[in-house]
Amino acid sequence: MATIKLSESQLNFIKDVCKAHGNKGGEVINVLHKVQGEFGYLPKEVQEVVALELNIPVSRVYGIVSFYSFFTMTPKGEHPISVCLGTACYVRGAEKVLDEIKRQLGINVGDVTPDGKFSLTVLRCVGACGLAPVIEVGDKVYGRMTPDLVKDVIAEYK
Amino acid sequence: MHVLCCGGTGCHASASAQIIENFKRILAEKGLQDEVQVIQTGCFGFCEKGPIVKIMPDNTFYTQVKPEDVEKIVNEHIIKGRKVTDLLYMDPENQEHVSDSKHMGFYRKQLRIALRNCGFVNPENIDECIARGGYEGLGKCLTEMTPQQVIDEVTKSGLRGRGGAGFPTGVKWGLCAKNKCDEMYVICNADEGDPGAFMDRSIMEGDPHSIVEAMAICGYAIGATHGLVYIRAEYPLAIHRLQVAIAQAREYGLLGEDIMGTGFNFDIELRYGAGAFVCGEETALIHSMEGKRGEPTLKPPFPAVSGYMAKPSNVNNVETFANVPIIITKGADWFQTIGSEKSKGTKVFALAGQINNVGLIEVPMGTTLRDIIFEIGGGIKGGRQFKAVQTGGPSGGCLTTKHLDTPIDYDSLVAAGSMMGSGGMVVMDETSCMVAIAKFYLEFTCEESCGKCSPCRVGNKRMLEILEKITDGRGTMEDLQELRNLAAVIKDTALCGLGQTSPNPVLSTLDNFWDEYVEHVVDKKCRAGVCKKLMRYEIDREKCIGCGKCAKNCPAEAISKTNYIAEGHKLPSMEIDPAKCIKCGACMSGCKFNAISVK
Repeated sequence: MATIKLSESQLNFIKDVCKAHGNKGGEVINVLHKVQGEFGYLPKEVQEVVALELNIPVSRVYGIVSFYSFFTMTPKGEHPISVCLGTACYVRGAEKVLDEIKRQLGINVGDVTPDGKFSLTVLRCVGACGLAPVIEVGDKVYGRMTPDLVKDVIAEYK
Repeated sequence: MHVLCCGGTGCHASASAQIIENFKRILAEKGLQDEVQVIQTGCFGFCEKGPIVKIMPDNTFYTQVKPEDVEKIVNEHIIKGRKVTDLLYMDPENQEHVSDSKHMGFYRKQLRIALRNCGFVNPENIDECIARGGYEGLGKCLTEMTPQQVIDEVTKSGLRGRGGAGFPTGVKWGLCAKNKCDEMYVICNADEGDPGAFMDRSIMEGDPHSIVEAMAICGYAIGATHGLVYIRAEYPLAIHRLQVAIAQAREYGLLGEDIMGTGFNFDIELRYGAGAFVCGEETALIHSMEGKRGEPTLKPPFPAVSGYMAKPSNVNNVETFANVPIIITKGADWFQTIGSEKSKGTKVFALAGQINNVGLIEVPMGTTLRDIIFEIGGGIKGGRQFKAVQTGGPSGGCLTTKHLDTPIDYDSLVAAGSMMGSGGMVVMDETSCMVAIAKFYLEFTCEESCGKCSPCRVGNKRMLEILEKITDGRGTMEDLQELRNLAAVIKDTALCGLGQTSPNPVLSTLDNFWDEYVEHVVDKKCRAGVCKKLMRYEIDREKCIGCGKCAKNCPAEAISKTNYIAEGHKLPSMEIDPAKCIKCGACMSGCKFNAISVK
C-alpha cells in the first residue's frame, strides 16, 4: 500500500477529534467514527496518529479497524454502491442483482473502479425489507431492484 | 384534521419526505396550514404498501402514495371530503377498497403494546408522547413505588427478554440491584444485527421516548444513575430521533438531575456500534462500549456483577424496554392476561421475504404461524406454495408446513428446533433452496465470528466448506453425517451465544428438509434452481427460431449456431456449451420464444 502524506490540516483534524474525546483510549471507537466520517477511510497513517494521540498501541487501533466491518482501510469510490444481502433481500434475489453490478462495473466486492467512480460493498440489512432487494448508491436507496434495472441506476451516475 | 405520514426508513427511501413537503406546500397555498397539521410519524408497519399516509380523525389509510398524489388528496379528501378511492388499500380477497386500517387483514389480528405509539405520534415531539401517556410510568415509579416494588411488578408481569433468549426481565433487574455500588449502569442493547430484522429500529424511530422512559425506570429500580444506548451506526435516523428525545427529556426535567423534583438523577448517553453482529451478545457489547474489540467473555461473572467498566450493569434490548412503561401504568395483572402460559405479552416481528404483506407486526404470544403468515402476511407472493419460515436469524432455524399450527412463544419455538430470536421472520416459497439458505446463514456466521474460540472460528468454517461442496455437486452422504457431528461439538463447546446457536440453521434444515439435501448429494439436483453449479441451461431446438439474441446476450460466448433447422423455421437453432456457460440466465430472460429452460 502506498504511503500517504497527511497534510497539516488533516493532522490537526485528527488531533482535535482526539482532544474532544479527552485523549482517552476508551474513546477510540468514537474517534474512529468521526475520523472516517471526514476521510472516508482509515489508512494506516491515520491510525498511527490516532494511536499516538490516545496513547495506545497502533496494534490496538488496527485490531479495532479490522474487527468492525463499518471501518475500512480502502478508499471508497465517488459513488459507493452497497448491495444489501440481508435475508429478506437474499430470498428476493439480491445475489443476482449483485452479480449484474459486478459484471457491469467489472469489479468485485470491496473494489473500486479504475476511474475511482464506483466502489462496491455488501451490507447486511438496511432495514428497508419491504422494498427488497435493496441497493444503496451513496445515501440514496433503490428498492425492488432487478438485474435489468442495474444498467439504468449506474447510468444515473455516469 | 391531521395528516400522518410515515417517516420510517422504508417509506423514507420511497420519497416520504417529498410527500410531507408537498403536503405542507399545497396546504399553505390553499391557506389551510392552520387547519390541517402534517406530522411525520414512525413506522405504521405495513411497509409493503408504503409510503403510507393516514388522515385523521376519519382514519383513512392511503397506501403507496406518490409525491404527485398529494394534490389530489388535498383537493378531494381534505377540501371536499371525498376519499381518493384508487389510493385506498385493496383487499386481495374480494377486490374491494378498504379505507380503515382496522378492517384490513394485516391489522385485524395484531395487538400493539411495544408499538403502541408508532405511527400515532410525531417521535420528535415530546408533548405528543406525553399526551399519549408517556412518562406516566416513570412518574408513578418515582412518587408511588419503591425500587423493590418496581422490580416486583416487572417480575410479576412475566416479561421476558425480547432480544432472543427470553430471560425474565424482573429477575435480571433484581440480580443487578443486589450488587449495590456507587456506580451502576443501565444499558440498552440497540445493536440489532439480525439480517432481515428491523423491530428495534422501528421502535426507536417511532417512539424513542418509551426507551428513554423505560431506561430511567430501570435506573430507579436497580439504583443506577447512568444509562447507555449501544446503537448501530447504520441506523442514522434512529440515532437522530433518540438524540432529539434525550435532549427534549432533559429540557423537561425528565432526565438529568432531580427528576420530577424527587431527587432521582439519571442521564443517558449514546454509544455507536461499528458493524459487528457478535456485539449483540451482552459481554461483547460491553467490551465494544469500552473501546475494545467486541469479543465475548465467559459468564459468570455476569454483567449484573461486573459489567461496563467492571461495574454492575443491566443490559436489556430495545423491545423489552418498550414494554416496561405500560406494564407500570397498566399493572402486571393486565400484562399477565396477554400471551401464553409461560410467555406473557406480545412479540414484534419483522415479516419479510416471499410474502404479500411485508412489514412490522405485533401479535400476542401464542399466535400461530398460520395466522401470522396467511392472515396478517396475506399469504405467499404470486400465489406460490409456502415452503418454510425462518425465525431467530442466524441463531434460529427453518420451520415448515408441519409447524404452521404451533402457537409461537419462547418455549414452543425451541421445541420445534428454532428460537424466538429478536423477531426476524423470513418467509420462503418453493423458489428458495434450503441447502443454500443454510449456507447463507453459515457464511454470515463465519464472517461475523469474532475468532476468539476455535469451535466457532474453525468449526463453522469446516461446516461451510461441506455445504459448499454439497451445493457444488460434490457432496457425499458421509458429509451429511459430518455436518451433524460438527454441529453437536460446536453447540457444546463454543464460548458465547453466537457460537452455540450457529449450527441451528443447518440442523433445522437437515431435520426438516432431509430430502433436499439428499437430492443435492445423490441426484446432483437443486429443485429450486438456486444452486448454480447444479443447473443446466438448455435450448429447445424445435422452439428456437435462430434469431441469435441469446448469443448476443451471453457474456461468456457460450452460445453458438448449430446445423439443425427446425421445421417451419428459416434459421438454424442455437445451442449452449455447458463447459463455457456461467449460468447467469441472461439468455433465458432475453428469449421471447420460451425456447430456453433450466434443467
